[in-house]
Formats: sequence, C-alpha cells, structure tokens
Amino acid sequence: MSPDGDAMGIAGAAGSGSAASPELEARLEVDVQVAFGGFDLQVEQAIPAAGVTAVFGPSGSGKTTLLRSLLGFESGSRGRIALNGDVWLDSEAGVDVPPHRRPVGCTFQDGQLFPHLDVAGNLRYADRRSVGASAVSITHGDVVDTLDLEPLLDRRPHTLSGGERQRAALGRALLSRPRLLLLDEPLSALDRRRKAEIMPYLLALHPRFGIPTLYVSHAVDEVALLADRVLVLADGRAQAFGGTVEVLEQLDLAPLTERFQAAAVLVATVSAHDDEYRLTWLDLDGQRLSVPRIEHLAVGESARLLVRSRDVSLATERPSPTSIRNVLSGVLVSLHQDELTAFAEATVDLGSHRVRARITRASAAELGLATGSPVFALLKSVSLDTRAGRSTEPEWRETRHS
Amino acid sequence: MELPELRPLWLSLQLAASATAVLLVLGTPLAWWLSGTRSRLKPVIEAVTALPLVLPPTVLGFYLLLLMSPRSWLGGLWVEVTDTTLTFSFTGLLIASVVYSLPFMVQPLQAAFESLGRGPLEAAAALRASPLDAFLTVAAPLSLRGFLTAAVLTFAHTIGEFGVVLMVGGNIPGKTRVISIAIYEHVETLRYAEAHTLAAGLLLFAFVVLVFVYVFNRRLPVHVA
Repeated sequence: MSPDGDAMGIAGAAGSGSAASPELEARLEVDVQVAFGGFDLQVEQAIPAAGVTAVFGPSGSGKTTLLRSLLGFESGSRGRIALNGDVWLDSEAGVDVPPHRRPVGCTFQDGQLFPHLDVAGNLRYADRRSVGASAVSITHGDVVDTLDLEPLLDRRPHTLSGGERQRAALGRALLSRPRLLLLDEPLSALDRRRKAEIMPYLLALHPRFGIPTLYVSHAVDEVALLADRVLVLADGRAQAFGGTVEVLEQLDLAPLTERFQAAAVLVATVSAHDDEYRLTWLDLDGQRLSVPRIEHLAVGESARLLVRSRDVSLATERPSPTSIRNVLSGVLVSLHQDELTAFAEATVDLGSHRVRARITRASAAELGLATGSPVFALLKSVSLDTRAGRSTEPEWRETRHS
Repeated sequence: MELPELRPLWLSLQLAASATAVLLVLGTPLAWWLSGTRSRLKPVIEAVTALPLVLPPTVLGFYLLLLMSPRSWLGGLWVEVTDTTLTFSFTGLLIASVVYSLPFMVQPLQAAFESLGRGPLEAAAALRASPLDAFLTVAAPLSLRGFLTAAVLTFAHTIGEFGVVLMVGGNIPGKTRVISIAIYEHVETLRYAEAHTLAAGLLLFAFVVLVFVYVFNRRLPVHVA
C-alpha cells in the first residue's frame, strides 16, 4: 500500500515496465516556427526522448504540422530541431537534413502503405533501407511477431481492414529502425471496435521495442492510456507539458476537447484479489476501489484507471447502499458553470489525485456545492489500463461496474 | 498485284520507336519536375511544352528547318562534327519528331505523377528512400498506366505526323520518306491502289495497337490512393 501519494510517479504505472530509465541527455529539442496560409506554429519544448509523449490538441491546433516539421516535410520550418544532440534543423546555421536522412519512423493517419506491394513487400521496403543504416536492433521476426502480421504478409493493402492497415504500417515504421517513432492519430480513422483491436498492439509497442514515441491524438482516452507525458497544443502554441496525470488533472481541457471527453487518470495499487466475486481491490491513497478482476497484476503492482467526467456523480453525504461500488471522498476544489448549457464541471481533490465530474447546474445548486466543501465522488464506470504487454484480448476495457 | 514498297512503313516505325524512346528519357524528368515544382517558371515551361499542340505543323517545321539549316548554329555545328547536314536526314526527322510529340509524352506523365499526391513519396522518404530511390521504386511503378498512355500516344502521334516531316525531311526514299509522305505521293501521282494498301495497312496497325493497349490497360492494377 502506498497511501503517501507517490503513486503519482508515472513510470510506476506501467505494469510490465516501460523502457529503461531515461538517460539525462536523451531528448528531443524542438524550437520551430512554421508559417503557411493564415496558420502559424511556434513550439519551443525540450521533450525527453524516452517513453511515449502524446501531442494532444483539437484538430487544427498544429499537431500534424509539428510532426511534419520533425519529419522534414515542412519546407517552411525555421528554428532548431535536434535529437540527442544530432541537429536536424538549424535554420541559422543553414542546416536542414532532408527527410530520408532523419532517423524517424512514422505512421500516417491513412496508413500510406504502398499499394503496389503486398504487406511483406512494404515491410521489406523499410527493412532493406535501414538494416545497415541504423544502430537500432529490431528484427523482421520481432515485428511480425509482436504485431501478428504473419497472416497478412501476402495481402495487398487494399484488401486489409483499417485496423490491419495500421498494424502493417506500424510494422513498417518499426522496421525503418528509427530512433524516434511518430504516430499520427493511428486510431482516428477507425471505429470503436477496431480501436479496441489496435490498442493492445499500441500498448505493447513501447515496452517491447523501447523506441521513444510521439503519439499525436485529439482523444483524451488514448492519451491517458498510452502516454507517459503530454504536450498540449492549441492554435499552434504549446499550452502545457508534463506528466499525463498532472496535465490531464490540472489543465482545463474543456476548450480543447469536446466536453464529454474530459477525463482524469488515477494510479492505484492492487491491494487484493477477490476470487468469489471475481474482483480486484485497489488502493488509492488509502481509499478502496473495486474493479472486475485484473488477472495479470499481482498485489502491490500499479494499475492506471481512466475516469471520464461524464461517469462521475457527486453527493454531499456518503450515499446509503447503492449499486455503485466505487465512492471516493474528497474536497470540491473548483466548479465551472457553463451558462450556455445545463452542465457544470466539478473538480474533486482526492489527496494526490483529482477527478472531474460533469453534473447539471441544477444539481450543483440543489446540493449547495461550493469550493472547499467535502463531497463524495461516485464512479459509475472506469477504464483500466494494465499495461501487461501483449495478449490477444484488448487490455483496456471499459467496465460499467455496479 | 504488285507488292507496294514497304520501306516507308518500316521507316515510320523506326522513327516512332526512336522518338518514343528519346522522349521517355527526356520527358520523364521534365514531367516529374513539373508535377512537383512550386517554381514561378512552371507556367512558362508548361506553355512551351504545350506549344506543339496548338501550332500548325508547318510553323513548327519552318522554325525547325531554320534551326537545322547548315547556316544556323545548331545545323552548322552538326555539319562540323558529323560532316552531314541535319536537314533532310533521319536524325533531323527524329529531332523534329521529339519536339513535335513532346506534349504527348509530358502531359499524361505529369497528370499521372500529380495524381499520386505527396503521400506515397513522403512515406518512402520516411523509410529512408532518397528522392531518386523513391521515384524508381514508388512513383514509377504507381504510374505504370501513365507511362503506357504517354508512350502509346507519342508513338501513334509520331507515326501520323506529316507537315513537320515534309518541311524538315522532304521526301527521300529510304531516308525520310515515311508512310504518310508515301501515301501523299501515291495520291498525287494517281497511284490509288498503292496509296490504298499503305493507308489500309496503317489503319489496321493503329487499330490493333489501340485494342492491345486498352486490353492491357484494363489488366493493369489501378492504385487508388
């Protein structure tokens, strides 16, 4: 049990462990300006070149432009880009390394597999060109195995489903043996079911290959589950940067996301398994939570929970017996009323964590909610990210747990 | 019935094949550059490339004749180097055909390259393929239909040229008397039977080639981006 709140450490959230501890010098320095049309992007941020960093923001915020600038596709880029001291762009010094000489692997929103080659051909295309050129050791077998590409190898891209296409594209990007992996909204073109199909592979990617990854997304749940830290972009500017838990907690995401997307991440410790009811008990700063049995986490390991604000209700007294099992006590720290709608967003401090609740303004008034008052947060549902590496079942699942 | 002279047909085929080969080599880089450039020169170069489409062949032939005459810099240089004149020679005809058929090679190729979009090439670049590598291994194979269309149009257009050939090459048997000139001469001298044989032969040839192209084109895979 760790009620002292150091569960905030994100690295500890990874069940099977993310990459080795980040070296101090391994970082991606970004200080770029890109201007075209009426849009301009100005981002200055040093990003540790380890783990998964989400580049998060609404569409039009400059996420893809930033990615293209890193890849060398935005010829109007000014400023400086360097990975671990290797300079890719330094417009003052006249350095602009062409895209094919930057050791970056990427996947595109639409996959961009070569249609004239089958999946094996696409993989070979990357493999051949990087095998002598990169110090990163990734083998064809590893990639095929990790992403379950074997049955797809002799298929042409147009015969693949959206999810299969993304898997093949991920494999191809890995086989370019990059020192930095850029994933541009790999899930955005997929429906809910396909997303759940790909998610386990995405989760397995970093623990398996350890390549520093930038993950571009406008979906809070993907960011919460995949990223160790988040760079928030809006209108071409960096709005926030930090650990996933802190950023998602502190940031007022409302202007950046659709309201129903707002969510918080909780890192809890497994305290016991209950065989009779098939439950797992979690400890969150001394408070207890129960979720459907997490098979592969042992007592003492950490689990990351995603709690959407639409799934949280508030009460001023501990509710009498109810079917909702997870009730957390805390203090109301903020209440944002949206005068144009029926809703208000409340933030509840639980100690070292915060959750958000989306309630009606009418309820807020009837309960007499005021900042500083003690409240109980009723969690109707939580999503689990257990980061247990690879399995055939999607590893994050939403549980409507009553 | 006497067998008509087949040398003009043979000469036409040689000329068209050579012009197509030369234009594949010269037109491909030009079309590639046009498809990707953001240069302000692009519309000027495009206009120059399209000129042979709109100019009467006699105008084109006239200027080419001036350019190739031994008194011009090009024609003079040619005489110095090879000791033969460029005008009224097969080489002169070939140069004229290349200029005359240029748009038929460049325009379909440019359209094919432009329809690729930047996606496949960026994907190739991200996989460490140099620009030339990406062209040869991604852009070219994805533009196979464009190459086929361009080559066939160039070939057919060269077979059918008349005005330019007449101006630049004249009518020298075995050297510059191509099939269209031969037919014209047969008609002028009222040898309709021979004109008929050559004309019908050409008609049949064109038809067979086009059918072959359309059948082949249908079998080529279409790569939808």
